This record gives sequence, C-alpha cells and structure tokens, in this order.
Amino acid sequence: MSDTNAAPAPEAADEVVPEPETLHGHPVTRYFGQRVVHVGRTELVGLVRTLRDEQWVQCLDLCGVDYLAHLQSDLPAGIAPERFEVVVTLISHAARERLRIRVQVPADDPSVPTLFEVHPGTEAMEREVFDMFGITFEGHPDLTRILMPEDWEGHPLRKDYGIGRIPVQFKEAPGA
Amino acid sequence: MALDLTTNGLETLDHNFVTAKVEDVVKWARTRSMWPATFGLACCALEMMGTGGAHYDLSRFGMEVFRASPRQADLMIVAGRVSQKMAPVLRQIYDQMMEPKWVISMGVCASSGGMFNNYAIVQGVDQVVPVDVYAPGCPPGPETLLHAIGTLHEKINDGELFQRREANGGAGAQLTVTQLDGQRAPQPVILGRS
Amino acid sequence: MTATDAPTDAPTHLTGEGDQEMAPRAMAGGAEVLREVGSVLRISEAEAAADAPDAETTIINMGPQHPSTHGVLRLMLELDGETVLRTKPVIGYLHTGMEKTGETLTYLQGGTNVTRMDYASPIFNELAFCLAAEELLGLELPPRAVWIRMLMSELNRITSHFLFLATNGMDLGSTSMMIYGWREREEGLRILEMITGLRMNHNFIRIGGSAADLPDGWQERLGTYLESIPPRLEEYGVLMTNQPIWRDRLQGVGVISTEEALALGTTGPILRSTGYAWDLRRDLPYLAYDEVDFDVIIGSYGDCFDRYAIRLNEISESVRILWQCIERLPEGDYRIQDKKVTPPPRARIDESMEALIHHFKLFTEGFKVPEGEAYAAVESPRGELGVYLVSDGSATPYRMHVRGPSFVNLQTLPHLMRGGQIADAVAIISSVDPIMGEVDR
Repeated sequence: MSDTNAAPAPEAADEVVPEPETLHGHPVTRYFGQRVVHVGRTELVGLVRTLRDEQWVQCLDLCGVDYLAHLQSDLPAGIAPERFEVVVTLISHAARERLRIRVQVPADDPSVPTLFEVHPGTEAMEREVFDMFGITFEGHPDLTRILMPEDWEGHPLRKDYGIGRIPVQFKEAPGA
Repeated sequence: MALDLTTNGLETLDHNFVTAKVEDVVKWARTRSMWPATFGLACCALEMMGTGGAHYDLSRFGMEVFRASPRQADLMIVAGRVSQKMAPVLRQIYDQMMEPKWVISMGVCASSGGMFNNYAIVQGVDQVVPVDVYAPGCPPGPETLLHAIGTLHEKINDGELFQRREANGGAGAQLTVTQLDGQRAPQPVILGRS
Repeated sequence: MTATDAPTDAPTHLTGEGDQEMAPRAMAGGAEVLREVGSVLRISEAEAAADAPDAETTIINMGPQHPSTHGVLRLMLELDGETVLRTKPVIGYLHTGMEKTGETLTYLQGGTNVTRMDYASPIFNELAFCLAAEELLGLELPPRAVWIRMLMSELNRITSHFLFLATNGMDLGSTSMMIYGWREREEGLRILEMITGLRMNHNFIRIGGSAADLPDGWQERLGTYLESIPPRLEEYGVLMTNQPIWRDRLQGVGVISTEEALALGTTGPILRSTGYAWDLRRDLPYLAYDEVDFDVIIGSYGDCFDRYAIRLNEISESVRILWQCIERLPEGDYRIQDKKVTPPPRARIDESMEALIHHFKLFTEGFKVPEGEAYAAVESPRGELGVYLVSDGSATPYRMHVRGPSFVNLQTLPHLMRGGQIADAVAIISSVDPIMGEVDR
C-alpha cells in the first residue's frame, strides 16, 4: 500500500523502472499520498533547515515511537530499522502540504541533534520525547522531564515499561 | 487547653438540651455557607463551573464563592483526575485548609482512578485526603454534584462526620477489602499528617 | 516527593520539581534564560545577556492550584517589581498517560480515551482519531456521516468559544460574563446531550461515521439556539468589545509577531491574531468544509484583544456553517455499512445469532486495522489538533500520538509575558486559552 519501490510487471522490455522518490537525496515513501522522508540522525538538522528555507515553514509535531515489539517493515532500501524513531511533521502553507520525516534512533545510543535552533517550537516536544522515551537531544537548552515528576524513574512510553495497572478490587459477596 | 484540630471541639461538653441546640445551630451554620476551594483539575471542573452557573446555581446554597485561598475555604471539591505530580499539591492544599473541612471527590477519576488505571493517575484521591462524599460520573452532571453537596449537608446535620474522622485519625480512607482472588491489596499512600 | 536539590532560593517543599522549575539567572544556563526571556527571533543572545537587571529580581510561583491558570498550569515568573522578565511554564500536573492507555484500547474504545484530552471540545479529539484510523482502513464515508460530523464539530466549537469568553471575562474581573458564557454554553450542552446522550466527553464520533443518527426535531432545537446567539453576541459587544476598560486591559497586551508564532509552531487563533490567514478548514479542508461558506477571521496586532475578537467572531462563523448544515444535511446512512467496523443495529441482535456474535466480537476483540501510519489533523478551537497513528495490524494502535495545540501554543507564554505587568499575566494566559488535558495528555 505504501511502497513506491515496487518494480512494474516485467512484461514490456522497454519499460523504465521508476526511480525511487527522493527529497534532497533522502529516500521518500508515500503513505496515503503524504510524503515521508527517511533521514539519518546526522543529516536531520541540515535537511530541516533547508526545508524551512524553502517553504516548510512550521514544525507541527515531533514525537517518538518505540518499535521494540514490532520492528518496522516499511522502510526503503538503505535504511536500517532501529528500536526508536523520531517523527517530525512539517507543514508548508504555500503548498498546502505536510511532510513527515522519520529518523531511526538506535537503542544503545538514543540521541538525536536538537531542532531547537531551526524551529524553536520543538523545545517542549523534544522534552516530551525525552521524558517518555529517554531519547536525548544534543544541544537542547533545557532537557528535563516535562510531564512526569522530576524524580520519576523510567520512561513510560517505552514498550518495556508496563501500563502500571493496579489490580481492581471487588468487594466480598454478601453471605460468602 | 490545647486546641485539638481533629475534633469538632464540642466533645468536652456534656450533651444536654442546651448544647443540643447549640450543636444544631453550629451544624446549620456550617452547611448553609460552605465555601468551596477552587480545585478543578480536568473535565469535571467544567461541570463544576456549570453548577456554579445560572442554570444550576450553587449560589442558592451560599456556595458560589469559590475561594482562591484554601485558608478561606471549607470544602474541597476534587474535580478531575489527580496525577502523580499533582498528588503532593493536593495534599498541601488540603493541609492548608482550616478545620472544619470536607472533601467531595467529584467524578470517577477522583473517586477511583476512573477509566485511567495506569501509572500516571492516583487511583482515587482517598489515597491522599480523606473523602466525605463520592460523586460518580464521567463527568457527573451538575445535578449529581448538587446531590453530592446535598448529601454532604445531610451528613453534617446528622453529625456523623466528625466521629468518623476521629476514628481515622484524620488520614485517608482506611479501605479494608478481602482479597478473593489471591492478588495483593494495594497499599494506600498516605502523605502528610497520618 | 523528594525536595529539589538546587542549592538556591528555590523553595524546597513537597512540591519541588527540581530542574523543571525556574532557577535564578546565575544558576540557569545561558540558552535556557534566553528562552524564558522570550528572546527567540526577538533579541540576540548578546542583548539578552546585557539585559540582566541591576535590581534584585524575585521568582514567584503561580499555581498549579490558582484560580486563573486555566487548569493545572504552573507558571514561574521572574519579576522586577511588577514587570515580568522571564516566564517558565511547568506542566505535567494533569498527565494521564493517555497515549500509553491508547495502546491498550481497541479502536472502538479509543474514542473514549482521546475525547478526554481536550475536554472543552471533545468532538475534535474523537474526529481526529477517527480520521486517522479511517485513513489506515481506507474507508469512504457516506455524505450524511460527514455532514453530521461537521455539524457536531461546529456546535462544539461554539460551546468551546463560549467557555473561552466566560473564563476570559472572569479572569479580567467580569463575573457577569462568566454567568452569560455559561448560560449560552448550557443550551449548547443540552443540544449535545439530546444528540449524543452526554453533555461532555461524548464518544459520539466513531470510526465509520457517528454512533447514532440525529434525533427527530433536531433542526428546530438547533435553530432556536442559533437564533438566540446573534443578539447575545451583540450584548457582549456592548459589555466587552466596546468597553474602555476591556480594551485597555487587552489591547497591546501580549503581542506576538507572525515570525515568532510560526517559529514556535503556533496554530489557531493565536497565529491568526498576527494577521496570518491559516485555517485548516479552508486551506487543508477535511469533512465537507469545502462545500460550506464561511470566513476565516484574522487579527492585525497579535495582541490579546485580537484573540478575543477572533474567537467571538468565529462563533458567528460557526453559526453560519450550522445554518447551512441544517438546510443541506444530506439523507442517507449516518455510518458506513461496512461489517468490519460497524456493529449491527441493536434491534437485530435480538433476532439474529450472527448479529449477536458480530456485535460481541466488535466490542470485545475489536477490528484489526492494517499496518501503516497516518497523520490526520483538524482545526480545533485551539489550533491544529493532529493524531499520528501507527498500526501494527492488530486491533489496538501500536502508537497513538496526539499533537495537542495547547501544548505547542504554551511555548509562546514567555514571549507574550515579557515586559508586561504581572497583572497582565492572567489576561495573557486566558487569551492563549490552553486546555491542560491536551497539554499533558
């Protein structure tokens, strides 16, 4: 449903295999018409800055995903799936389009350069990703927990962190 | 004579005809102008404000003045879900209120954790403060809140409240539940005075 | 709770949040001070450093329990006398773990969870969630379902904006506005109750359409309500808009420019108050907004008065859209008749065993959503409310992230408050109109 790299049926000998879609050299996949760019950690800030100077004026959203329980199966060739992903959503008002950027973040070194210099609005969102997933953002001005208490241990949205249910109590049946 | 804040101050009186009338007047006065402290946390706060609005009108009970300062309030309506970060704040506000004080736990999130049985929400504010009336609903409509307030007024008039609080020592509701399925009963968290 | 270990004049008591609180300038890092001073795009780092006041400044704490912080928002302010220099919002006091809970609930139950995030406008949360899930499922909704959703959205926008008017008035001292705002909101809530069964947190917008059809007589009831609104809005025009005290308190207070608003990711009335015309209903239309007539209201000065006026006029625009809904609501199904996502009608359950099993399976196991990811956004009364759903092919979302507009809009507070008086702080928070449920989730 989302793979643009599917080769056409090899019937006609003179059909051209479509080039995989790219944006500034980074592979792009499409989900229901929306473009998703896959970029490495080191190139993220540069790409977002270039995009901002083009037309992608706002960073709408920055969130994290923990693929521990279900490894990604939809990445284009050349992108190795890691445990964590940071997903950045940009919007272009001129083109009336949204763009998603997915960055793979390995579990043993969960750190991504900050987008604060490019889009100051990512400050609170990066703190939330840090709080919920434990992914650090290099260069962030104030990387502290934002939703949980300061002395909380653990990162709640990770898949290996339980939901924290308490067993529900029921009263003893009368006469029992 | 040292002031004992966990009692209503009337125990040293022998109960007779005269003191009964005095007690009645005291209880009447307490119910007729109970000022709530603003403790609206989430969705229930909107229904609480609606109860203070013109249609449901808390003002006819003398309760439309939601005092900002807990020192001036008698009643704390915990309206909304209490998160882990908010629980010490809740206890601090409760401690600042002067006796006599009452707590209505409004909504299922305040009463028991509601639909959020997870790491982030305290499963019932009675883990933190002693609750007098629980008003269920998600959110409870203004009529439910008015019924809860009416129930509280009745309880005050019946005079039960102070006896129960003395028995508890002013701490959280001491739940005793018999486990039937082998699970460990949760230990209530009691902050502040106990 | 442990006491904070910052060795400063920061208060050490039960509610210490350590590094999350504002530290005095000497202790806080340069970049952090910069941000709290609201200097992004406004003044350079050198200017901010040179800005350090000679006099001793005070750090005060507003909230989290405070009558005017619109829910449990804690604001730490550094003051020089009455002037606000730095602001740091501390949030998390309403964190409910909704995104984690969302991973354990099926798509049918998911609406009950998301609806409690932005509790002043619950329909929008449900709508964004359902739009994202429907994108993954590839569903095409019947027209009546789409228009019913639009009707509910605009009705909810009206009640949310009346809530804003009421609380804005209350914060500025006009208690009569509080009562009037709740009076309008009350009838709107009763209509919502007539349609959905609940006054708030409806869980009415379900995947495939809505939970039920509109009841008989809804046109008359809604029409009466809509007719009562314009004269009342004129009353507010006299009570507030044209009143000198109101204008003095709001005009020129909490000014933000378009560049700053865009840089901070702001959307909704705050962005529109700077003169920038961006409204998802018109520019990235969803539901049937491209088929109805309405105007996008923008401001000119980016101050609190503009934000107040925008929301006031958006009520009129929503009334316009609702009249068009009343006239043009198409006939048909209120929900897609797709056995995968739609439960059978309740009456059939008594007659048919298959219907019973179908209902049972849908409500216990849920339906499986194909693997993939989707982002859907709606224009809520506070801005762009988006839901990012990742599905692993099972009946519960793998990751459900909600982009709450208030969460992002709160970052503008240091900019808005800088240089103003502390008495304006209340007006500014009120004009940002945050709902802490979607800030903290």
